[in-house]
Amino acid sequence: MYSQGLIGADGSTVEDEAFLEAFQKRIDAEQKIEPNDPMPEGYRRTLIRQISQHAHSEIVGMLPEGNWITRAPTLRRKAALLAKVQDEGGHGLYLYSAAETLGVSREELTDQLLTGAAKYSSIFNYPALTWADIGAIGWLVDGAAIMNQIALCRCSYGPYSRAMIRICKEESFHQRQGYEILLTLCRGTDEQKQLAQEAINRIWWPALMMFGPHDSESTHSDQSMHWKIKRFSNDSLRDKFVNATVPQADYLGLKVPDPNLKWNEEKQGYDYSDIDWDEFWRVVKGDGICNRDRMKARRKAHREGAWVREAALAFAEKRAAAAEAAKTAAE
Amino acid sequence: MVDKKSLFNYLLRLGDDQQILSQRLGEWCGHAPTLEEDLALANIALDLLGQARSLYTYAGEVEGLGRDEDQLAFLRYENDYVNALIVERPNGDFAHTITRQFFYSVFMDLLWNGLLKSSDETIRAIAAKAVKEVDYHVRHSAEWVIRLGQGTAESRERMVDALDEFAIYTGELFEMDALATEMAEAGVGVDLAALRPQWEAEVNNILTDAGLEMPKVNWMQTGGRSGEHTEHLGHILAELQYMQRTYPGMTW
Repeated sequence: MYSQGLIGADGSTVEDEAFLEAFQKRIDAEQKIEPNDPMPEGYRRTLIRQISQHAHSEIVGMLPEGNWITRAPTLRRKAALLAKVQDEGGHGLYLYSAAETLGVSREELTDQLLTGAAKYSSIFNYPALTWADIGAIGWLVDGAAIMNQIALCRCSYGPYSRAMIRICKEESFHQRQGYEILLTLCRGTDEQKQLAQEAINRIWWPALMMFGPHDSESTHSDQSMHWKIKRFSNDSLRDKFVNATVPQADYLGLKVPDPNLKWNEEKQGYDYSDIDWDEFWRVVKGDGICNRDRMKARRKAHREGAWVREAALAFAEKRAAAAEAAKTAAE
Repeated sequence: MVDKKSLFNYLLRLGDDQQILSQRLGEWCGHAPTLEEDLALANIALDLLGQARSLYTYAGEVEGLGRDEDQLAFLRYENDYVNALIVERPNGDFAHTITRQFFYSVFMDLLWNGLLKSSDETIRAIAAKAVKEVDYHVRHSAEWVIRLGQGTAESRERMVDALDEFAIYTGELFEMDALATEMAEAGVGVDLAALRPQWEAEVNNILTDAGLEMPKVNWMQTGGRSGEHTEHLGHILAELQYMQRTYPGMTW
């Protein structure tokens, strides 16, 4: 999601220079762009792509964690996890609504997800194998999401920016919950510490991938930065995340799975190994361990729910016709 | 003076009903027909889970052996669970889930309202919170019963199937066995049999609006209250208890 949300975005646009200049003036003056304001087609298209891929990420993101609801180890943890997954569905709903303000329907966006035309964050193509993964997802995945989304709270498009402000509040709660799950494990038995260490081993690198390609490879970034859809570069956000997260891992007593991780006094930040970009692109392009399962689950839910949606629509139409007939009879 | 053991067992019945249905609804998460229903079913599951937690916590206090909500929720044998059979039945399709929820929520609405007058202060407090929640559960499921009943030929057919499957599990909800009778006589519980006419009236009203009717039932299935379950509970517990059984005695 987030920085990955721009994958596949097309910012090319056809308006004349005067139009683009006037638009850019508003952007530079930090004015929020609202749904009925004039905007370049490229701006609209880029936002639809980014917001909808963000929404899809929330929806697909329900699957790995939802997989643990029925197995949560205590009732308190189960309640927190159910509430978290429900929040993610809620985020999906606001984001689809924000995308709809740009003149696209939720059905069209859902079709794009189900046909594979649109992407979702690569992180959700990794499995949640143990209870410790639920902690690590909250801590690292929601942590990386917050790093990106805090930046998006200042996005130039009003509805997206406002959705982000609300979402960030909930995400930081999720992150604390995740960290607290791991803290409990790290203070527990040897088996529990091992579960926690294995979880960070699995999820650390995929979490760093959430920030998207290197700035030099991020083809759509410049235009998006110019339009203030995106306000910080992928690499700068990734660095910020690493700098914030390594001390948290130290506090847990967990080892970050990177032999080259080292504090660099001069830049006041950590040096770390390069991401395995072959893996990144492989997973983005559909060959991660869970890509097929995730899409299969979404398509199955959509297919098996079709009769329910049709029934609801047919019922609403019957009701409307009956109300209309009653109105005509009364006149 | 109410017998502690009886009160404990009564609380377990109520707690198990909410917990097992919550567990079933949790299975839907991420797989519902619409995003709105994903949220609604998770919301109902959360309400039921909250009720179960209050009931188990209180049951543990009444028992006085130091068992907490988790020990009661996770660490009993299958035949020590005393939920009604209806809540353990599989989700099936959306019509099945809605029908189960509708039958059950209309019943719980009547029961929680009755428990507002319980002689037991803690039960009254739990009921005071639950009545607000169950009011939504009834509305949500009843609206869907009508929508699906009147929607399309297919949705109607699926509702007819679902009614047929779940009707035979509704009788158990109203059974007045020795424990239910003892609790009702002590003023702690409610005369469940007396709730039945109102339940039937409310259910029939909604079914009539939906263009559906209650199927004729030859025999009401029973057994949950004495720990005699369907084949499904064991599978539910295998998932539910997985962590506690695999990693015994740890803090999570």
